[in-house]
Amino acid sequence: MTADSAFVARDPAAHPPALTPIYKTSVFRAPHRPLLSLGNTLSEVTGPVFAQHELGPLDADLTRNYARDGGAPIGERIIVHGRVLDGDARPVPGVLVEFWQANAAGRYRHRNDTYDAPIDPNFGGCGRCLTDAEGRYAFRTVKPGPYPYRNRGNDWRPAHIHFSVFGSGFAQRLITQMYFEGDPLLRHDSILQTVADPAAQERLVALLDLNASVPLHTLAYRWDIVLRGRRSTLFENRLQRN
Amino acid sequence: MIPRDRLGYLPETPSQTAGPYVHIGLIPRQAGFDIFDNALGETLVTPATQGTRIRVEGRILDGTGALVRDALVELWQANAAGRYAHPADLQGGKAADPSFRGWGRTGTDFATGLWAFETIKPGPVARVGQAPMAPHLNLWIVARGINLGLATRMYFPDEAEANAADPVLNLIEQPARRASLIARAEARDAGTTYVFDIRLQGEGETVFFDI
Repeated sequence: MTADSAFVARDPAAHPPALTPIYKTSVFRAPHRPLLSLGNTLSEVTGPVFAQHELGPLDADLTRNYARDGGAPIGERIIVHGRVLDGDARPVPGVLVEFWQANAAGRYRHRNDTYDAPIDPNFGGCGRCLTDAEGRYAFRTVKPGPYPYRNRGNDWRPAHIHFSVFGSGFAQRLITQMYFEGDPLLRHDSILQTVADPAAQERLVALLDLNASVPLHTLAYRWDIVLRGRRSTLFENRLQRN
Repeated sequence: MIPRDRLGYLPETPSQTAGPYVHIGLIPRQAGFDIFDNALGETLVTPATQGTRIRVEGRILDGTGALVRDALVELWQANAAGRYAHPADLQGGKAADPSFRGWGRTGTDFATGLWAFETIKPGPVARVGQAPMAPHLNLWIVARGINLGLATRMYFPDEAEANAADPVLNLIEQPARRASLIARAEARDAGTTYVFDIRLQGEGETVFFDI
């Protein structure tokens, strides 16, 4: 295996298909033609590289990165942390992890969000960090509230945090959502149900992690992210190098 | 802990839609607020970047022909010499350009549905042992209603010879579908603009890749 080894193919069972009528917007935004399978070329095994100095000191602290003069957002203070691993359980260090979410009332700071729950003047709702040498990421925030949206007549999103993850190659690029252990809305959520396999749904749920909490201050949740691994092809690379 | 499969591998984390408010996290200025001192992905070129400046723009259309106004588009490309700014690029004899990361992101405009990048034309690239590929831009699209990001490529209309020999375009069995990956060139006052519309579904559907 070398730095330019191809990634293992995506397991279709791990992901939602494009067309999932329970989530209505997918009906006109799903390609009808099958995807064209492409063995990784150099364009897919490479991807953008980011450096720590590009980030600000408060970028991973959503309780402070939009707070006004000594203020703080209202809500349940939490730490969210975990590791970014590949399919061989190896840490993926130095990759950019970005996250965004609604405030404690379920309202997004976005010009198109018309939900009438209040904006929190001390909460922006986004952050980012780089994974460390062991693939760890961590950020501090307030737990987001559920959020109603126009899908079926009375659909509510469970509390969730959106994640965007870069790997070491563009083929590992992933955007997903993290949910919270024990949320009764999970079994009603149309978007989580786009993933057919209950075991795969389970992998999107963060667990309460009392060991990582700060006593008398902040609760913690743990959620690990797995990106595609590299192929350790025994013969193909040798052929390529002939 | 995530359970391993029977061979000991960890299964990939499932994708979920980026949703209608993807801008908050990835391009907060479009959501309506400024938060980070350094907005990642806004700029591909600086005055020091080598290569021919080009503008690339297009629209994204859904299965009814309606504009997709809430999509995020990311671009990944090689530099003018055909080298990626990444350690896995082991091509010999192609110079790195420290003024070019090769990556950018933008949102489709809420009113016009237009996305655009100011960048440079990439050179041809080839992985060791593989046939050279015609100059191309790698595009990745996420949006509300898209459950797993869609990967496609934009090729250049003024590279007919290289396109005809491109190993990826030639994987597309139906020649008529290859045309969906080739941009249209427009001469404008500011220079050449390549127009690349993406059709998610139906008539003229863009070829998307399982990479």
